[in-house]
Amino acid sequence: MPADFNWAIGGEAGDGIDSTGKIFAQALSRAGRHVFTSKDFASRIRGGYTAYKVRTSVEDIQSVVDRLDVLIALTPRTIEENLDELHEGSVIIYDGERTTMQDVEIPEGMVGLNVPLKGLAEEAGGAIMRNVVALGAACAVTNFPIENLDSSLKKRFGDKGQAIVDNNKKAARKGLEYVEEEYDEEDLDYDLDTTDNDYVLLNGDEAIGMGAIAAGCKFYAGYPITPATDVMTYLTGRIERFGGHVVQAEDELAAINLALGAARSGARSMTATSGPGIDLMTETFGLVATSETPLVICDVMRSGPSTGMPTKQEQGDLNTLLHGGHGEVPRFILAPTTVAECFWKTVEAFNLAEQYQTPVYLTSDLALAVTEQTFEPDAFDMDAVEIERGNVVDEESIGDHQTEQEQFKPHELTDDGVSPRAFPGTAGGAHMSTGLEHDELGRRTEDTEMRVKQVDKRDRKVETAREREDWSPREFGNSDAENLVVSWGSNEGALVEALAFLEEDGVDVRVLSVPYIFPRPDLSEEFEAAEEVVVVECNATGQFADVLEHDTLTRVKRINKYNGVRFKADELATDIKETLSA
Amino acid sequence: MSSQVRFTDFKSDKQPTWCPGCGDFGTMNGMMKALAETGNDPDNTFVVAGIGCSGKIGTYMHSYAIHGVHGRALPVGAGVKMANPELEVMVAGGDGDGYSIGAGHFVHAVRRNVDMSYVVMDNRIYGLTKGQASPTSREDFETATTPEGPKQPPVNPLALALASGATFIAQSFSSDALRHQEIVQKAIEHDGFGFVNVFSPCVTFNDVDTYDYFRDSLVDLADEDYDPHDREAAKDRVLDAEKEYMGVLYQDEDSVSYESQHGLDSPMHEIDDGAPEGAMDLVREFY
Ligand SMILES: Cc1ncc(C[n+]2csc(CCOP(=O)(O)OP(=O)(O)O)c2C)c(N)n1
Ligand code: SF4
Repeated sequence: MPADFNWAIGGEAGDGIDSTGKIFAQALSRAGRHVFTSKDFASRIRGGYTAYKVRTSVEDIQSVVDRLDVLIALTPRTIEENLDELHEGSVIIYDGERTTMQDVEIPEGMVGLNVPLKGLAEEAGGAIMRNVVALGAACAVTNFPIENLDSSLKKRFGDKGQAIVDNNKKAARKGLEYVEEEYDEEDLDYDLDTTDNDYVLLNGDEAIGMGAIAAGCKFYAGYPITPATDVMTYLTGRIERFGGHVVQAEDELAAINLALGAARSGARSMTATSGPGIDLMTETFGLVATSETPLVICDVMRSGPSTGMPTKQEQGDLNTLLHGGHGEVPRFILAPTTVAECFWKTVEAFNLAEQYQTPVYLTSDLALAVTEQTFEPDAFDMDAVEIERGNVVDEESIGDHQTEQEQFKPHELTDDGVSPRAFPGTAGGAHMSTGLEHDELGRRTEDTEMRVKQVDKRDRKVETAREREDWSPREFGNSDAENLVVSWGSNEGALVEALAFLEEDGVDVRVLSVPYIFPRPDLSEEFEAAEEVVVVECNATGQFADVLEHDTLTRVKRINKYNGVRFKADELATDIKETLSA
Repeated sequence: MSSQVRFTDFKSDKQPTWCPGCGDFGTMNGMMKALAETGNDPDNTFVVAGIGCSGKIGTYMHSYAIHGVHGRALPVGAGVKMANPELEVMVAGGDGDGYSIGAGHFVHAVRRNVDMSYVVMDNRIYGLTKGQASPTSREDFETATTPEGPKQPPVNPLALALASGATFIAQSFSSDALRHQEIVQKAIEHDGFGFVNVFSPCVTFNDVDTYDYFRDSLVDLADEDYDPHDREAAKDRVLDAEKEYMGVLYQDEDSVSYESQHGLDSPMHEIDDGAPEGAMDLVREFY
């Protein structure tokens, strides 16, 4: 029996797959098990196959694997879609009375549990609870104490009243009892141990939203787009508790301009979108940078170009983030590598934005956005959050940054490139900001010398930050290994787990996971020390590999995945082995 | 703020580069006087300007200000005001800026009803790009890019505003200094989105919609027995194809600004040193 256990519920979009999956995932997490979820979904609301998959173990897990031990199949297609992940002994729970499931054939060697989900749900109070009956059945299969499900059900249905919660509890027990009565225990030899730990379970979008609030973000404007919408959903109703506000704008152009306005008022503000929205925001991005406005712009990447595959994974926007926008624009680009890092990098993004009065791209991806993962709560230790607001002047200190005519200098030429900042309302600070090239006062200029000085000043902020801040990559594996594997974004988890597979095969590697895209760490030494370098990313052309080759003047090998599916640990291990020996 | 504030305090020491005689001079003077008259000073005022000759206004005025990208001034203004409701926010731009590239934002700014004023310098032409047709140009107005006229009806900004649910709609004329100032003042005082379309002639590129034309054709609602709170009357006036009006065409006395509706009453720039109090609850929600 494997140490980790994989199960899924699948059906048609609209079947309540997501919420049912989440109820069980939460129950596992509360029972002290680690959980890592993934979703198969299509870009439509009703109809179309969709599944919620959960990998769970008492040990830490950070990736998905190609294996399913228990599958709750609400449609025949659910079985077809997952055939290659099912194995001998896999259990398939289905409702043979459902019209579409009557002719279902359970593949050789697998165990089919035909449970009248709808009928039992009706007995408990309503057909709508049939998915919960299935969860009860899954508890029977896995020896998972059904009491753990109860608190999850309460969390999900609590605001609908105690009666609904009780009915659901009853429904779950009906599923459990049915399986215990009708099937032999020997066929169902899975055991889900519980522990005393209490984990939190959340996804990358939620972690970004939480990070924003922790960092004192007060203003969010956005326009719905998969897979960034959950950031807005998370903030809505929560940020208000901390004195903030969320606006659903009419489009991305408005979203970034609203956020820019709020930032100029002095609020920490943010917008989040995905590729197509980034394209629309690009013109204003230049204004944000030129007017030296602190702003966090989050790009939760999905598969492009154009509308591409909106519900699929890709890391294809890197070039746009690095180079997007006309003219030359200083920027920071942070790319969290895990769900927990989504939180911390968001906090950092706000600090960098204000310290350097520069737009910061915070780039996550679909895999991080839809993946829910368990953590020890102190992975989000709020006491460790630090706020750096940079060079803000008040009524007393403003005099140091004025001309003899008492005009404030918002673009003062300083050694570190960072100018004073006066929030509107500050006496003596009135000034104009513009996207036109300007002098120290913010006034339009085409003076050749001032142009050069202002461009250099803005660039100097990046140079200052490069020296002042820590841009180190995250390191895993054996630091003395000859083989170096480099990655960015969500691939870290799969890569870290791949290390164990590689070790079994006697392949020794050093892994660097880079959360800073610009400025980024200088990896020249690491590249030189390595025999072979492989760069892993979810795009076709190797955009990060290109910049690293450019930085280090060293050719690297590449592993690129761009079929819309994230890397899996076992698959990645095989890829790395093959690439290294090629 | 203090009564010592004079309208010239809102003037920057930059000399406008507008063509002599441009309507924007009068428009700007009226705005500055209205701001001073309503008790504001440069340090509590935020002016957001669009792109165009009209958009240069931010440079010639003295206040906190931003000169944005073409067509996007309204969302910037809304963001400024939401994040600090204590500021007096005024957005200004041209007819091309507001009704062409920014038309979508116009409709939504009207709906949003943030408490700010929006002054559009309508010269029925693109000035800064040297004389192309604008969305308010007449159907037969000949320009280099429309040699036979645009051959499409002009946008009717007042009707668009009314249809979008505006709570304050006014029209003024830059050379009628007193009326213009008075109308902008009413827009500032309005609790919600105060929209003023100002005829601000372009003496260089528009020889049809001239000072003389507006002086002769504009009907001042102040000279009539007109009730601006009557939406039906407003509908008749804004859809009147024969005449153009000056004055407040519509004002909803019951207007409640966006900020009031959403309980935004204090500046958002103050934040805690670390995570805000109670933030750990956010983590506990995920148990
Ligand atoms: C995205 C973009 N497209 C085009 C332009 C060029 N442009 C500058 S001003 C302008 C038209 C301005 O017309 P209007 O708003 O009527 O202002 P006016 O100059 O007449 O006051 C245009 C098209 C631009 N700055 N940005
Ligand atoms: S071109 Fe027209 S709008 Fe522009 S400054 Fe000259 S007169 Fe005014």
